[in-house]
Amino acid sequence: MAHGQDKTALITGGSRGIGAEIAKRLAADGFTVAVNYASNPGSADAVVKEIVAAGGKAFAVAADVSDAKAVATMFESIAEQASEVAVLVNNAGVMELAPIAKMDAGTFDRMVAINLKGTFNTLQEAARRMGDGGRIINTSSSVTKLRQPAYGPYAATKAAVETLTAILARELRGRNITVNAVAPGPTATELFFKGKSDELIANIKKMAPLERLGEPSDIASVVSFLAGPDGAWINGQTLFANGGAI
Amino acid sequence: MHPRQKTALVTGASRGIGAAIARRLARDGFAVAVNYAASVRDADAIVSEIERADGHAFAVQADLADAGDTERMFDAVSDRFSQLDVVVHNAGIQLLGAHAEMDGVALDQLVAVNLTAAFRVLSRAARQVSDGGRILALSSGTTAVLPPRYGVYAATKAGVDVLIAVLAKELRGRGVTANAIAPGPVATDLYLKGKTEADLEATAARTPLGRLGQPDDIAGAIAFLAGPGGEWVNGQTILVNGGLI
Repeated sequence: MAHGQDKTALITGGSRGIGAEIAKRLAADGFTVAVNYASNPGSADAVVKEIVAAGGKAFAVAADVSDAKAVATMFESIAEQASEVAVLVNNAGVMELAPIAKMDAGTFDRMVAINLKGTFNTLQEAARRMGDGGRIINTSSSVTKLRQPAYGPYAATKAAVETLTAILARELRGRNITVNAVAPGPTATELFFKGKSDELIANIKKMAPLERLGEPSDIASVVSFLAGPDGAWINGQTLFANGGAI
Repeated sequence: MHPRQKTALVTGASRGIGAAIARRLARDGFAVAVNYAASVRDADAIVSEIERADGHAFAVQADLADAGDTERMFDAVSDRFSQLDVVVHNAGIQLLGAHAEMDGVALDQLVAVNLTAAFRVLSRAARQVSDGGRILALSSGTTAVLPPRYGVYAATKAGVDVLIAVLAKELRGRGVTANAIAPGPVATDLYLKGKTEADLEATAARTPLGRLGQPDDIAGAIAFLAGPGGEWVNGQTILVNGGLI
């Protein structure tokens, strides 16, 4: 599969977890991958090295996605180093949990800044610069349907991302660019396991009829599908990838 | 040792979207049972085409509005295939009419073919598909777009979405996923028949991608869900319509 030949894919938050797996998968599909990171050049460089060692093409790019100027500079830098972004994967995000009664304003603002405004910033750059035939894939979350207590503000930022997804798909009419979102359920990343008891993890595994956690590769394959030829007719949608948890 | 060839049953596979799905799954390495109701010639042509491309396929007649035929089809598949890995229930009919006008016969036909037959196919598929397999059904984008005169048709397809979502949960523990694909307007012979150039252009203009869907667009989405990359998508209906609103 080399449909990504001579095309550049940008993965925000591509240095760890699901983002790193998406970066590796799109590199395997033939894309030149720009691995965005906010603060962890070591992890981003490690992903780039792994891709290059496997015969792929990748480079790291720094930008805090909540900073519109930094995002514009990043797109410019990618166009200079490789080519204009043809596939944008908005994966960068933060998740902080607390009941609505208890969440502090600073935490709320930070989630909105990164998850919602950060996504908006890259979408705006992509909408201005992306060429004919491009693909945009945002990351939502199955919590927009699961709606567990304590996920309120996080789920709200992701529901907003789903809405931006559907509207941008319509605004890009005539440019042959699709815009979709992937909404993972619980996924086995370092971040997921942090602070969870074995019992809780066992219970979460039982949520899905497939009775396991999602793996980053499960999500990366959905992104790869949406970025590739078989996903061309899907547009403005959110694909829930959670093993049937909801 | 050579791994066992995977197998798939595609209903309503002699023409249009179903034929594209059969061809695609054969290209992806599945041995394909090509179900048809009446058009044996079309079904045989698909089988020959698959065989010419070094694939494996056979045609199996069954009118899925008939419960006995449905059982016979699955029996024929189990005679030919030692295991059944994928079922794609594509067969369906489309009859249109405003609520004020639609007659009872059309209503009964739509329910019998699109909903009751779907239930029977899914029910038997749930028993016959091997662990780790996939069950897929064709829904319709009209369940989201809700055009006038599509009421009963869209209602039967919304019924399919619900059956699929519930089935996915009932298959817990077997590693079998169940999903639906909901296409928008697809340029099949059936769809193009009787439509003017202006009708087609107007529909194409309503999708942000500015064209009608092609059978291969739908087959691509089915291939993903039937393949290794689609395992983690379960219990969903995916709208595949180019963003039509």
